Amino acid sequence: MKDVDDKFLKNLDRTVPLREELRPRKVTTPDGQEIEIEPLKDYFCEAAPKVHAKSYFPIVEDFYNWARANSLWILGFGTGCGAIEMRPLMTPRFDAYRYGIQWRPTPRQSNLLMISGYLSVKTLKRAIRAYEQMQGPKYVVGLGSCTINGGMYWDSYNTIKRLDQYLPVDLYIAGCMPRPEALLAGFMELKKLIKAGKCEGANKYAENFATYKANQKSVIKDWDMPDYNW
Amino acid sequence: MRDIHALLKQRHRLGPLEPRKGGLAFVTVPRENLRGLLLELRDTHGFTHLVLLTAVDWMEDGLFQLTYMLNNRGRDLTLGIRVMIDREEAQGDTIHDMWPTAATYQRELKEMFGIDFPGSPRLDEEFILEGWTDLPPYRRDFDSLAYSQQTYAERPGRVTHDPREYMKSKLYPDGV
Ligand code: SF4
Repeated sequence: MKDVDDKFLKNLDRTVPLREELRPRKVTTPDGQEIEIEPLKDYFCEAAPKVHAKSYFPIVEDFYNWARANSLWILGFGTGCGAIEMRPLMTPRFDAYRYGIQWRPTPRQSNLLMISGYLSVKTLKRAIRAYEQMQGPKYVVGLGSCTINGGMYWDSYNTIKRLDQYLPVDLYIAGCMPRPEALLAGFMELKKLIKAGKCEGANKYAENFATYKANQKSVIKDWDMPDYNW
Repeated sequence: MRDIHALLKQRHRLGPLEPRKGGLAFVTVPRENLRGLLLELRDTHGFTHLVLLTAVDWMEDGLFQLTYMLNNRGRDLTLGIRVMIDREEAQGDTIHDMWPTAATYQRELKEMFGIDFPGSPRLDEEFILEGWTDLPPYRRDFDSLAYSQQTYAERPGRVTHDPREYMKSKLYPDGV
């Protein structure tokens, strides 16, 4: 859709300086030594993600995929309105646990990231961090029209419109908001895709790492984390 | 409300009272008189609760309107006090010493409208936005649609229908 008047041009000159405490600098330790520190480098491993090769025998890979499909652990990261629709799934009425799907509190313990609605730039930053900290093979599911094409936040100044530019999405579930039934159907579909070996999101992320980073940095202006934080 | 207005009108150079539904009314006051008026309303007339502090952008007139909503619980009265300030200079007077909550409103106004309140605590810290580099987004010369089109990637194929025309074509395909 074309803008009604395109007189407005966004400001491209201003950049956000790195926060003081993150800048490389010299500090004096308690015992009087002078050392150079670089907070964004010192505490993190700089290695970029690697592509995880498939097993040599297809039958082994199929077995792996079957196992992966039956072990989905969702990261309880709620953004947007959709987080509310995931709660009934955990309760007896819809009971997603009978399909072997459960929620975990930390990224380290989960392999499925559900982006449950619109992502503001501020939340996108946290979602990226959470995604990168998850262990592979990992999957991303986008819920609702907001993650697909912006939904009703299509003209908002602070929400992204297309999730797959920033994270490798394996499956979208349409709706505003998708009902728990739709989510269950989506989980079943995701299992089918995993079994068919079509959910290669983590590898796609590793292969196109530079593109993803460029996209992410084009909207997150105050990038104050390492490039790959796991 | 009229009694209070009549009492304060001369001293604080109030504009005419604009009553609305129930116990709600609005009044305009010059910027110099704002502080005195607020203090008197709070201490003498029982308007102890600051409901909200917000702004309206009158771009064509070159003005920002600050609206201070005060509530008198005992008499169930709400008074909206309007102050017009210059849009170019965009500076208001902080009232965080009267109502500490005002500091939060003032931080929001600083970020979203770019209105300065010298002396207000933590005014320059980021409030909701992170790393914002453009015009304050609630100003009317900031074009949200254009900004989002120039910033965020779009998925092609999105269409919009005028609801009225669309319903017509669906319900009366022959045009009758
Ligand atoms: S798709 Fe609808 S329900 Fe979901 S986050 Fe967007 S507006 Fe909310």
